[in-house]
Amino acid sequence: MSGLAVEGGIVEAPAAENRVAVASQRQLIWWRFRKHKLAMVSAVIVALFYFVALFADTLACTEPFDTQATRGYVPPQPIHWFDASGHFHPQVSALKGKRDPRTFKLSYAPDASEPRDVVLFGHGYPYHLFGVIPMDWHLFAVSDGRPQDSLFLLGTDQLGRDVYSRLVIATRTSLTIGLVGVSLSLILGVLLGGISGLYGGVADLVIQRVIEILRSIPTIPLWMGLAAAVPASWSPGRVYFAITIIISLIGWTELARVVRGRFLALRHEDFITAAELAGASRMRIIFRHMVPSFLSHIIAAVSLALPAMIISETTLSFLGLGLRPPAISWGVLLQDAQNLQTLGLAPWLLVVALPVIVVILAFNFLGDGLRDAADPYG
Amino acid sequence: MLPYILRRLGLALITIWAITVVTFIILQLPPGDFVDAYVAQASASGSAISAAEADALRVAYGLNQPLWFQYVKWLGHVVTGDFGRSFEYGRPVTEVIGDRLWLTVLLSLGAIVVTWGLALPIGIYSAVRQYSIGDYVFTLIGFIGLATPNFLLALIVMYFGLHWFNISFGGLFSSDQQLAPWSWAKVLDLAWHLPVPMLILALPGTAQLVRIMRANLLDELRRPYVVTARARGLPERQVIFRYPVRAALNPFASTIGYLLPFTVSGSIIISVVLSLPTVGPLLLSSLLSQDMLLASTIILMLGVLTVIGTLLSDLLLMWIDPRIRLGQLK
Repeated sequence: MSGLAVEGGIVEAPAAENRVAVASQRQLIWWRFRKHKLAMVSAVIVALFYFVALFADTLACTEPFDTQATRGYVPPQPIHWFDASGHFHPQVSALKGKRDPRTFKLSYAPDASEPRDVVLFGHGYPYHLFGVIPMDWHLFAVSDGRPQDSLFLLGTDQLGRDVYSRLVIATRTSLTIGLVGVSLSLILGVLLGGISGLYGGVADLVIQRVIEILRSIPTIPLWMGLAAAVPASWSPGRVYFAITIIISLIGWTELARVVRGRFLALRHEDFITAAELAGASRMRIIFRHMVPSFLSHIIAAVSLALPAMIISETTLSFLGLGLRPPAISWGVLLQDAQNLQTLGLAPWLLVVALPVIVVILAFNFLGDGLRDAADPYG
Repeated sequence: MLPYILRRLGLALITIWAITVVTFIILQLPPGDFVDAYVAQASASGSAISAAEADALRVAYGLNQPLWFQYVKWLGHVVTGDFGRSFEYGRPVTEVIGDRLWLTVLLSLGAIVVTWGLALPIGIYSAVRQYSIGDYVFTLIGFIGLATPNFLLALIVMYFGLHWFNISFGGLFSSDQQLAPWSWAKVLDLAWHLPVPMLILALPGTAQLVRIMRANLLDELRRPYVVTARARGLPERQVIFRYPVRAALNPFASTIGYLLPFTVSGSIIISVVLSLPTVGPLLLSSLLSQDMLLASTIILMLGVLTVIGTLLSDLLLMWIDPRIRLGQLK
């Protein structure tokens, strides 16, 4: 892959050559990254996902824990964009549930007699933006302030909770758990990889063997065993933290490998030798000279490690060993879609699969692009 | 060559030892010990056990001893094949696991064979016909395979199988063969049910391997020796298969080290979703009911079998590939 990128870099007009010659490393990385179209698109998608995570409560329309027994398994309901006279006037109708007297299956019919307006930035359930600012604004709201009666963009689950709102809140949980997990493995990876690459010798040998051993054990059964030991009585917050630690134990080996490789490669570079000869202290060499030159590699490795974290959390929660209801994450939501009866009755519950696949793809492409751009001199 | 084998063997033994330690930790993790569980079970079935009796039991089973001592004792039992009894089933753990372990092995190995069988031709095709429609289609499928967690893929396949074709992909046996003793009919039945779970399990690994194979072969095809071969008028088929493919094949053998653990992990999850009679659903249910002896035995067996599998494949690789055989001598 890097072979392709090299060709474009050299063949430029003389003026551009000058530009390349004086460009800073950061600029070179940016120029190289810009060429990777798929990675650019993915970067935008990832940014959008984190935007959703940041403003999850504003984007949700119904209180995600709000259960309504009479609204179980409502199929997704469309918004009527135009009113009877053909003007643009988004409306929804309240639903009337009817139970089939023979099968006891609930079916819903819109009650067109009392349409309700859909408004942007209307009032809804109260929440705290970023956990601090009290608000009740929501991107979509219904004029009567009761979206739980009429607004079902992606349908509802068995307990009558709005799938769209839960999906948005779950995005926040699943994406942050990935970030926190990756930061923990980054600390472990940089520490152990750094020791391994810098000091070499016995420490290197031991750490390398530990990594080899960890990579040769099937991880899922192991993490299942660890996750199952999280006591059922713990609060959602503590469970969240415990699961983060468990999944971060997966990711660090790869990060440690990257860091070690970089340290080994840089140790004999001329500019490091020059810094040593100039009498720079070890710490100064590491943080002033070495780290900046491989920071981009670490960022690339992190963006490739993130999807693995997200998959782990989703898988563990799906099996009932990770986050547990009332916590809401992608895995918890997919757990509702676990059996065939549910899927036959409410196939829209499977919609959660879509953001999972999209965000993992986006992170993979982004990581690929970053990895190619990380070494702009190649 | 011998030092390499010895080094590899040593590492495998250390890995197995590490797995026993981790397994023992998992065994100890849930609050309370074996006797607590026993007491709870006894009181549930009506017979009470006094605190003094419980303490006597603890002494008898060595639970008052230091942890390292308990570990050594447990290891001694495990090495002689005594894994204890399952609380939930009231039978020896090995009996509960039974055929399930071998079905897991069969499913995982089958998936690896499928992975190789698919990745080799697709990888060659994608590299030789770079940027063709076929290449793009396979790349797209590959990326989706890479991005879809195993359980999600199983769930989606199961849903569409039922929705479009009205076929259930769950299970490994038809209902009439489920409890029947092994016979040719049962083996045929198994062979009929295996392909779909194998394909689901193989897809992520295949996607990864195709990408590696494609990149490697592309690198090889740009080498001067390929140009020379072409200039000398060798038929295109020979130009490609004689050397470049063989040189690019290396990752197939060398990736098994992580492909095997990866596939075994995946088999657990898709077995739960598709309710396959492998150790997967058993592991999940034993963990949920804290039947720790059963759970830890499964984890231990999976780990050890994976290490042995990797070791065998490494030795095989060394036998096939002279570069490794000679490279390790230095």
